[in-house]
Parts: sequence; structure tokens; C-alpha cells
Amino acid sequence: MIPAPFDYVAPSTVDEAVRALADAGEDAKVLAGGQSLLPVLRMRLAAPTTVVDLGKIGELTGVRDEGDAVVIGAMTTHYDVQRDPLVHDHALLLARATDTVADPQVRHRGTFGGSLAHADPAGDLLAPALALDAEMVIQGTGGRRTVSAAEFFQDFFTTSLAPEDILVEVRVPKHTGWAAHYEKFNRVAQAWSMVAVAATVRAEGGSIAEARIGLTNMASIPVRATAVEQALVGRPADAETIRAAAEHAADGTSPTVDGNADVEYRQHLAKVLTGRAVEAAMVG
Amino acid sequence: MRITVTVDGTGYTDDVEPRTLLVHHLREKLGKTGTVVGCDTSNCGACTVHLNGQSVKSCSVLAVQADGGEVNTVEGLARDGQLHPVQQAFRDNHALQCGFCTPGMIMQSIDLLADNPNPDEEAVREGLEGNLCRCTGYQNIVRAVRDAAGHMRPGAGPAAEQVADGERTTTGARGDV
Repeated sequence: MIPAPFDYVAPSTVDEAVRALADAGEDAKVLAGGQSLLPVLRMRLAAPTTVVDLGKIGELTGVRDEGDAVVIGAMTTHYDVQRDPLVHDHALLLARATDTVADPQVRHRGTFGGSLAHADPAGDLLAPALALDAEMVIQGTGGRRTVSAAEFFQDFFTTSLAPEDILVEVRVPKHTGWAAHYEKFNRVAQAWSMVAVAATVRAEGGSIAEARIGLTNMASIPVRATAVEQALVGRPADAETIRAAAEHAADGTSPTVDGNADVEYRQHLAKVLTGRAVEAAMVG
Repeated sequence: MRITVTVDGTGYTDDVEPRTLLVHHLREKLGKTGTVVGCDTSNCGACTVHLNGQSVKSCSVLAVQADGGEVNTVEGLARDGQLHPVQQAFRDNHALQCGFCTPGMIMQSIDLLADNPNPDEEAVREGLEGNLCRCTGYQNIVRAVRDAAGHMRPGAGPAAEQVADGERTTTGARGDV
């Protein structure tokens, strides 16, 4: 299993990378951590003419504090996101979800930005990004722009990135001190999520002041469970509130059907996992 | 494309096609056949090596991505005829049946012990999540990793292996492999 031949470019700046992509045309592929791309190339499900490797662009890695947001470089590895103190303090949901991605070897190479740009509906970082109202900073031939997570994810493996665009960094608004849990359901170790629920809540004086719930693999893109959020906010942080709110987890969803699960089963999982996720978040 | 990679302490400079996977470079160009390919899907972890101090599946890294980097394989673990403590523990605990997954299991176990020098059983199982043993010999593998933890200095792991010596070309190093 050897990839088809391709031209390889490893630019050292984002500007050069954008230019390389523009020059190479639509059959170019961006290589971030490569943990999804290389298996796809090996199985020859894709055969790009040019691969643009972002691995030598130092400005794309690292996490920094920007006042009201934590800014995560697109090429920051899952391993580094998991251990980053800023992510822990201000976006705990993201750390919890990243803990569940694939396996340790993949987390050493795979990147936050690569995972978002790949936009696999079963990917574990899309729903947390949506739930935390993350913003994508994108550079293309026309300069930089910022796109909300809600606009970024468009369909199966499809984002608002144009072929010559690079996802540079992700701005995650601070959710300082919010409790969080990512509850994932899969059949075997290292399998993709059949359904997963990203939950983060802020409690105040025994009741739930704010809540954000994102669902993984309940549509072609990540979705917010707004009915659950509304049913949690302002109510006591207890088992009855969680049980009643979780009943709304599948409201308005029309999940896809695959070999793992049909619509009813996915909707059932969404409710059960939402209950577990919120409860686990509250327990800590 | 010309790349230079330090493998098990020796520098190798070679021309490779960009599409060459690191595992094929190691096996076919450098003769490091101790690292094996166990699957086509990136699931099995048999090809696990350390790249710049972290475990990676060498089927999911291009050789050109390792340019300028340091790779350690299962072949570079023994020192002066002495097995690495994790190798010794796998032997002592009968942590292999057919042995095909063993190179990857050992390399990932060393990485996991570097992160967590005294893992409980669950932590070992989580840490080896990316490695499959089709003989299902997991019980003894977990036992071996915990045994090895007791024999290793705290923190000994991939970082301890980073020994670089002079740079050599593949041709020059053939006698060693």
C-alpha cells in the first residue's frame, strides 16, 4: 500500500504555503499531521498531484492567551493540546475531547487544525469547537478572514476553506472554570464515534447558569443541542434536571444511517450520552 | 528528494521519493526490518517507532517528514548486549505469542512509561490502545509493562535513547545492518 506519486512542497511560511496551493491548483492537498491524509493516500482513495506539507511552518504551532480567547495554532498536536494549561483552564471541553481522539501515536502527530479542516462528521473536535463558539482564522490569496465554527462546517468532509486557503489558528472564547465532559460511544478501542456528546456547563450557587452542548455524528456536520441547553439553564444542577434536559438531545436531528447505526439508534444514543455527559461534567 | 535521518544513533543520507512511507524507508533502504508492517489501515501499531522522542506509526509518516529528525526503532534498544528493561520484561513475562506485534508493543510501552513511570493496569491498556495483538496476548503484555516500570529509572524513555553519532550515508552503513 504505497501512495501514488506526487510533488512535495514544504514551505516555511503561511504566505508561501498559500502561494504553493494557488500554483498547484485544485488537485493539491494540504498535509498537516497526516493521520487521516496518509491512510487515504495509501489506500489510493485520493491521488493529489501536489502535497503541501505545513510541518515546517513554526508560526502554526502553539497556544497563546489573547485576553478573552485562547488561540490555538492549527498545527498544534493533539498531544500538546491535551497538556496545555491555557486549554485546561479556559477550554476544558476541548482537552477532554482531545483525550479521546484515536490513540497515543496518532495524538503525537495529528493536529487540531488538521482535524477541523478534514471535517469528518465522526471527528471528535468538531462538536467541542462548535459548542465553544470557536472562530477559524483562515488565510487565502485575499488575505486573512475569520469564520465562525457554525459557518465553517458545511457538509461531510467539507468546510468553507477554498482550495488555496490555510487554516492558520483557532480562537476559542474563554470558558474559564466551566465544567466539561466528552462522552463518546464506539464499539471497540480506537474506533470512530458512532455518536458522542460534548457538554460544558457553568454552575452557580447550585443551579446551572450556562450550558453548551454539541453533538458528534448526528448529522453531516456537528450540531448544537439548543433544546438541551435551554432545558438546563436556570434549573437546579441535579439528576432530575439532567434527565429531563437529555430527553431533548435528538430534537430536530436527522442523523445519517451507516453500518453502525440507524436513525432511531443514533437518536437514542444522543439522549443517553447527553445525560451521561452532563452528569459527568457536573461531578467533575 | 534528499533527506538525512538519524536512525538508532547513525545518520543516513538518502534520496527518496516523496511518497515513500517512513516504515518502507526504514525496512527497504536502511535494512531495519525489525520494524514491521501489520496492517493497511493504520490501526495495528506494529510499525511504531520513536520520531524525535515520541511514538508514531511509521506507516503514517512520510520519510520526507522525518528529514532532519531522529528515529529510534526496536533494533536500537539493546545496549552492549543487554536488553532494554522493557524487552527483558516482555521476555520474562512471556508477553508474546507469534511476536509480530512485539516491536510496536515495546516501542509504545517505552513511550507510555516515559509519560507515566508507574501506570496502573487501566493506564497501560489505554496507553497501548493503538497497538493490536491478534494472538490476544494482552494479559501478559500488560503484566510485562508494569514489571518493566519497576525496573526502569523514573522518566527513562524515548528521550534517553537520543544518541547521535557521526553522519553516514546508507552505503557507508551497509556493513552495520
